[in-house]
Amino acid sequence: MTEAVIIGVGLHPFGRFAGKPALDMGADAVRLALADAGVTWPQIQGGYVGSYEVANPDAIVGRLGLTGVPLRGVFNGCATAGTAVALAARAIETGEHDLTVAIGMDKHPRGAFAADPSVAGIPAWYGQTGMFLTTHFFGMKINRYMHDHGISHETLARVASKNFGNAAGNDKAWRRTPLTPEEILASPVLNHPLRQFMYCGPNEGAAALVLCRADQAHKYTSTPVRVRATALRSRRLGAFEVQSPSFPVGELVESPTVDASRAAYELAGIGPEDVDVAQLQDTDAGSEVIHMAENGLCKDGEQERLIAEGATTIGGRLPVNTDGGLLGNGEPIGASGLRQIHEIVLQLRGTAGNRQISGTPRVGYTHLYGAPGVSAVTILST
Amino acid sequence: MTTAQRPVAEGLFTWPATESAPPRLIASECADCGLVSFPSAADCVRCASRESKERLLSDRGTLWTYTTQGFRPPSPPYDGPAAFEPYTVGYVELPGELLVEARLTEPDPDRLRIGQDMRLTLVPYTVQDDGTEVMTFAFAPAEEETS
Repeated sequence: MTEAVIIGVGLHPFGRFAGKPALDMGADAVRLALADAGVTWPQIQGGYVGSYEVANPDAIVGRLGLTGVPLRGVFNGCATAGTAVALAARAIETGEHDLTVAIGMDKHPRGAFAADPSVAGIPAWYGQTGMFLTTHFFGMKINRYMHDHGISHETLARVASKNFGNAAGNDKAWRRTPLTPEEILASPVLNHPLRQFMYCGPNEGAAALVLCRADQAHKYTSTPVRVRATALRSRRLGAFEVQSPSFPVGELVESPTVDASRAAYELAGIGPEDVDVAQLQDTDAGSEVIHMAENGLCKDGEQERLIAEGATTIGGRLPVNTDGGLLGNGEPIGASGLRQIHEIVLQLRGTAGNRQISGTPRVGYTHLYGAPGVSAVTILST
Repeated sequence: MTTAQRPVAEGLFTWPATESAPPRLIASECADCGLVSFPSAADCVRCASRESKERLLSDRGTLWTYTTQGFRPPSPPYDGPAAFEPYTVGYVELPGELLVEARLTEPDPDRLRIGQDMRLTLVPYTVQDDGTEVMTFAFAPAEEETS
């Protein structure tokens, strides 16, 4: 099977862009990715485009060029962007196309996500009585995790402070004001133990990748990034997942992140000990802590020491969310995972500027998690 | 004076509740594999059977985890009172049955702890314009009973 490599990346800034449609942000990201790859839109043979808010994101061809290209819309909850890149890579691996794009964009209204519970297959009373909030799950999951594994409030604050600090060095990030752990611990509690500055917010943005066959990459770039694995898993019965009115007792199983992560490592033939830089879903500071272990990057409870030592900072031995993560960038759902990959590609090329990690990173890792209990992992390498 | 009350949804818990017949959550039990589901579900997510029977859940359990709700949730779908009072929610483990997510009657997180005994109750979570209280299920710390 042919291998897929990334030859171009493009990122529209994440934030608030009054009056600018998501499709325009997406088109800007695609143009940046095409220029980065040194190709033009008519050369693209197919692709996948993801969004939560845009009903027909494939309409982006109206801004890029009506070439007749097969462009398929995808939506997979918070794993939407992971799905877009997985399918774009698969189209190359199977020989369907030689040159593809993965595109993601979104433009969410301000505030917590609000929806009719029926869209998630959940009865109306769950929303009426104030339980249909994804933030409850994140508060409850980290509260239990802190109880079981000795994680402190200070560790949550250090994670948030690190990510806002990383975002301060990223001119495409949304929240670029550094905050100290003390300032974060002084912000109001939203969902115990999580505070205002420990949460990411829905916002706007877009990202795109250009991929090609590995054996043709030399025509475009001297620094291709290999797509070593993509894996997506949904929740299993017994897993503790977002938006669950109940779950079985005595059957507690691991999250879809653990399942997707194991599958990806196996596909890649790469282990967690080989990962040089990671981008983990940090919907909140607690999620980053939990996801370090769920992705095999440490044992449960080790985060307390690792984070205190600075292991996950840009200068540490396992940098996590070097671009600021979701806390620093916000979450336009369709674009989020492609923003993660954009950062990993810069890091592996050695072109991440003031955010560049030391040494010669060879392996990068990205991870998404969200409603209704879905996780997507990609493993990339030089 | 009596205040009119109604449940937030039919088939969610036994209604009306009385002192001699305290409220119970209405679940379903798969006729083939025995999986207990709440709210009651026609289809079994373990064995895909479509045969189930009603089962009333235990009204006692232990607190598995919890969190607070510090801001008014978006409306819709939330239809609680405009004057927002922070509340708490958690998962209560009903031994041998399931873990159920519910509102908790104790709003102060410092007075909740993982593992504590809880019992089922009903609470008015909102009041309609005509004065009718809309009732939902909640768990209360069990030691409240003796105080």
